[in-house]
Amino acid sequence: MLNASEIRVVRGQRRILDDVSLQVSSGEMAAVIGPNGAGKTTLLHAMSGALLPDGGAVEIGGRALGAWPVKELARRRAVLTQNATLGFPFTALQVVMIGRSPHMGRHPGRGDLRAAAAAMSETGVLHLAERSYPTLSGGEKQRVQLARVLAQIAADAETAESNVGRYLLLDEPTNNLDLAHQHLVLAAARRLADAGVAVLVVLHDPNHAAAYADRIHVLQHGRTFAAGAPRDVLTSHLMSSVFGVAARVLNEPGRDRPYVLIWPSASPHSGATH
Amino acid sequence: MTVLDPVGHFIALARRQSRRTTLAVLAAVAFLLVACFVTIHGGAIHIAPLDALRMLAARTGLVDAVPATDALSVILIEIRLPRIGLGIVTGAGLAVAGVTLQGLFRNPLADPGLVGVSTGAALAAAAFIVLGRSLAEYLSPEILRHALPLAAFFGGLIATIVVYAVATREGRTDVAALLLAGVAINAMAAAGIGLLVFISSEQELRSLNFWMLGSLNGITWSRLAFAAPLIILPTLLLMQFSRHLNALLLGEAEARHLGFQVERMKRVMVGLVALTVGAIVALTGAIGFVGLLVPHLVRLMMGADHRTLFPLSALLGASLVLLADLVARTIVVPAELPIGILTALIGGPFFLWLLMRQRDQGAW
Repeated sequence: MLNASEIRVVRGQRRILDDVSLQVSSGEMAAVIGPNGAGKTTLLHAMSGALLPDGGAVEIGGRALGAWPVKELARRRAVLTQNATLGFPFTALQVVMIGRSPHMGRHPGRGDLRAAAAAMSETGVLHLAERSYPTLSGGEKQRVQLARVLAQIAADAETAESNVGRYLLLDEPTNNLDLAHQHLVLAAARRLADAGVAVLVVLHDPNHAAAYADRIHVLQHGRTFAAGAPRDVLTSHLMSSVFGVAARVLNEPGRDRPYVLIWPSASPHSGATH
Repeated sequence: MTVLDPVGHFIALARRQSRRTTLAVLAAVAFLLVACFVTIHGGAIHIAPLDALRMLAARTGLVDAVPATDALSVILIEIRLPRIGLGIVTGAGLAVAGVTLQGLFRNPLADPGLVGVSTGAALAAAAFIVLGRSLAEYLSPEILRHALPLAAFFGGLIATIVVYAVATREGRTDVAALLLAGVAINAMAAAGIGLLVFISSEQELRSLNFWMLGSLNGITWSRLAFAAPLIILPTLLLMQFSRHLNALLLGEAEARHLGFQVERMKRVMVGLVALTVGAIVALTGAIGFVGLLVPHLVRLMMGADHRTLFPLSALLGASLVLLADLVARTIVVPAELPIGILTALIGGPFFLWLLMRQRDQGAW
């Protein structure tokens, strides 16, 4: 279980996060959505330990984040950030193998290569293995980075380790991706959750969250606006008051996941509340 | 392209990669041996490789000495061989320091000379020589001379910390700030050394040219024996950070998430780079561009993996410094060109090309 309680982050006079609490259980995929500047990425940074919050606590598997030995934590928890840039001529496979660093000695073993192959197949980049990373397109780079974090927490098939107690944090993994790859990546995250991993994902598109996540956490101005199952959270009221768009939410009978239809706005700010 | 058996394919790739690395290391070792032989042979006085071997054998008592070669023997053993030793550790050390700085700054433009580490060390060394005169009453000249690499180490350390503080914010290095900080430190160090040379009549201090352009001239076995471990040891230690640097190239936060203790390893690496460069500069002055040129050549041929990059850069750096030194002491016989002029002649245009390429890629 990934547990953040009453996280507060203050920058100058501004409260970027104000008492935000969020839990992700094993086998669950939780999405954080909200407009730009709502504090989504900051929340992910606080929950990953990249940023020390001014208040509140983060626990992973019942242990405080700071109490984990860094290497042990790295074997169970991977983080995909938005700014993983790399200008040096590694091959895509080498980048993915860097993800296996916490598991291997100086050189990779068969299990490490197997984890890399499985992760690269999940994100559809097997055919790029020998390509030089800097020459890849933005979307290809993004999928190689995702394969890297998947490989990082991959359970070793030979020892039949459980996926419970593994954690994946993704910050806008659909950035730079075309439509098909957006869904490929989200489906890969969903499969990991179904296999027992606790997945926390920051997303822009409410429909992505609605289609893949078990729970949606909506942030606005650094506060929790709503949290719960997609069909309870996503309403036309929420779409207008948080995102500032006029929308209709379809809840078809027989389908447990809602779908948000957004109307083209008449004026640039119609429906906005700020 | 569909891969039917990706794991098998990756295993084959890994095998091919390690074969290529082994071959490249063997080739680099062979190149270094050739460079050594050429360097033994060439110079104001030619020594044939066979004669050199015979003289070495005589020296170690394997065969009887040949009287006619006594003068040659002195040149070989007291002048040329220590100079080759210095060239090897200097080239290897500078190349490894360059690889490390480029990894730390996550930018291929970092070089001990360009970012001011070498000249910072040179200024500290020059200052220590001048100040050392007032310490001469208490300490023997021998101790003072041996403390020189340590003084240079502190100069290099301070320069590295200043450059890092100026150029890096939250783990991201601003290339312009990095190079401008280097320009500033180089200018200040040149002024400082120039001033010291101007006000002091100290023999040991040599010239501004020596400190800013470097030379392998005048090395003795005793000085080399003291300084070489100070170069070799930190160089070997730096080469253990290959996996750390691979991860660091993804970003500091990413390396942390991969389980590396980023702050600690950065501090250790900065210290080791300063030690390596300081010990080198104390003996040779600031030789530029080796740390820039060599790692880049290796990356072009073998990719960026530090497990390959470190050993190959060390070997290639050693060979290139040997050959550059050979040209420096033969091209204007009987005089000698400062070796830094040669490395700058090759490295300068190369650096401009790198800058233009980085700009075109929108790196800054």
